[in-house]
Amino acid sequence: MNMEMTARPHSLLAEFQTPADVMAAAIQCRDAGFSKWDVYSPFPIHGMDQAMGVKKSQVGWFTFTGGFIGFFSGMTMIWWMNQYNYPLVVGGKPLFTPLYAFPVSYEMTILLSAFGTLFGLALLCGLPRFYNPLFRNKRFKKATDDTFFICIEAADPKFAQARTLLEKTAAKNVELVED
Amino acid sequence: MAKAITAPLPAPHGHTAAVVKAAEPPRELAREPLVLNNHSLGWITNAIAGICENPMPKWWLPAFVFSAGGATMMFALIAYLISTGIGVWGLNQPADWAWDITNFVFWIGIGHAGTLISAVLFLLRQKWRTSINRAAEAMTIFAVVCAGIFPVIHTGRVWFALLWLPPIPNHMDVWPQFRSPLLWDVFAVSTYGTVSVLFWYVGLVPDLATLRDRAKTTLRKFFYGFFALGWSGSNRHWSNYEKAYLILAGLSTPLVLSVHSIVSFDFAVSQVPGWHTTIFPPYFVAGAIFSGFGMVLTLLLPMRTLFKLEDIITVRHVELMCKVILATGSIVGYAYGMEFFIAWYGGSPYELWAFLRNRVADPFIFGPLFKVPPAPYWWAYWMMISCNVISPHLFWSKKLRTNMVLVWLVSIVVNIGMWFERFVIIVTSLHRDYLPSSWGYFNPSWVDICTFAGSFALFMTLFLLFMRFLPVIAISEVKGVTPQADPHHPLGGAKGHH
Repeated sequence: MNMEMTARPHSLLAEFQTPADVMAAAIQCRDAGFSKWDVYSPFPIHGMDQAMGVKKSQVGWFTFTGGFIGFFSGMTMIWWMNQYNYPLVVGGKPLFTPLYAFPVSYEMTILLSAFGTLFGLALLCGLPRFYNPLFRNKRFKKATDDTFFICIEAADPKFAQARTLLEKTAAKNVELVED
Repeated sequence: MAKAITAPLPAPHGHTAAVVKAAEPPRELAREPLVLNNHSLGWITNAIAGICENPMPKWWLPAFVFSAGGATMMFALIAYLISTGIGVWGLNQPADWAWDITNFVFWIGIGHAGTLISAVLFLLRQKWRTSINRAAEAMTIFAVVCAGIFPVIHTGRVWFALLWLPPIPNHMDVWPQFRSPLLWDVFAVSTYGTVSVLFWYVGLVPDLATLRDRAKTTLRKFFYGFFALGWSGSNRHWSNYEKAYLILAGLSTPLVLSVHSIVSFDFAVSQVPGWHTTIFPPYFVAGAIFSGFGMVLTLLLPMRTLFKLEDIITVRHVELMCKVILATGSIVGYAYGMEFFIAWYGGSPYELWAFLRNRVADPFIFGPLFKVPPAPYWWAYWMMISCNVISPHLFWSKKLRTNMVLVWLVSIVVNIGMWFERFVIIVTSLHRDYLPSSWGYFNPSWVDICTFAGSFALFMTLFLLFMRFLPVIAISEVKGVTPQADPHHPLGGAKGHH
């Protein structure tokens, strides 16, 4: 098998020892104008979103949509069942009022908001994604332990400048990851 | 290893360079660290992930066999109950709710501390929660599993309960009627169970990725890899993840408050003296958190010793939990006093009867004092008072709060007391109400007792399995609260030591 054919570069991976080092390097990458790049860390680093220039997360919209559907489907369901489809007077009480329908609609709001949040999280992160070229890199296994990485993808238009930039930072190791 | 970066970098986007270090706080303002002995991030991974990777200690298998045996006994007794009828329990008219519903409210209450720790303390930015939230959330889920069993089996003919509770029409095309708190309860508890599992799972994903990356066997790689969903630790993902986690915490908080409020509506909306009380929702929620923290301590104190996690679940964590027990125990004590006062002040003779003659009047002090005969269940009431109102006040003393054996014993006493609270509310109100000709006295049968014991065994079985296969402490969250994880902290560049 021809290795030249398979060994396409996926990205350049730089390894850092501390959150402060990776953050300093992330600021440099941001300012150099890279677009297809990411920071990998075993825990969320406070202030990294600004350091990378990542925009605010949009998960909240999915939560809102889920909650909205939950509340109104709860109300509609109860009205439809207890007043419209089979009206049955119990204890002389009104067939429908939003008051007695509230607890169930409230729970359904929370239930569907939670599912909306989960769905939004998965969609925005592109998860589940079981294949990732980075997972084949031995060093990258430490990204969920105690090591920090910056990865600039080969698809980035400024990829040619990546190695020069990363080698000037506090990176312990800079290597090419193959696709 | 600390790399001092002297000149701040230019910040064209208006964001000051992140590597500027804050000054170390003055000594008297410095708090005890959440992870003792300045351990490295790698140490934290090894200490926690190691538990479920290495063989379990010798006590695990006997404990598991014993618990699983007890759980099997419970399922056998449920089969006996369903095949014979609820006459195998001790309950009958007038006390037609007894240990079944007591156990339901008890278990669902236990769960509440887990959600309080994971959600409410998260919103309040109480960073100490990170050491205990994973185990507490696991406890919540297992407690909801135990709780869910009782309302279903107490109907005797469970297939009816499973058909009548969900919003589907019955054989005459009649829908469930949503005015009943019992139906609200179905939605509240099932939502609570589902959202607790979602929240727990979202929290687990980064730690499952850690286990995946450390896995040595194909089986472990496959299972942890599958459930980790391909998590890579990308900051673009963390950004969404943190927002989603915050939102789930924000959703769980009103949820947990609503669940025990709705459970209390099962009683408060009825006309039974001793149940028809407006104080019930907040009083039930406080009691739930009180008992739940008791259970968290009962589980975590042995766990931190047996797995040598004292540097992560520190004495400070235990002390803080004791303070929550003290606070919520005081609220519960206030509620007991207030409901007794209102029973008298409200002027309803039935309400006063339920409190004085069914509960409070003991044969020694209060019976003679109020010149009434002793209440049949006076022993249960005073058991509840001594466990819930008196015992938590030991925690005013720092010396007692830091005595792990004593804290463990008090945590068990709190749980006994809170079980009795539900028993007192349910049975003492039912056994003698408006019509003296239909008064009775409830005695549990052996099936009642063994089913309840079996629910503890099921709870322990699930918890032992959790310890065996999943990280008992949230690895990524604990790392996040260490000083070396903060790029702005003086130790932000330090690697710590092993």
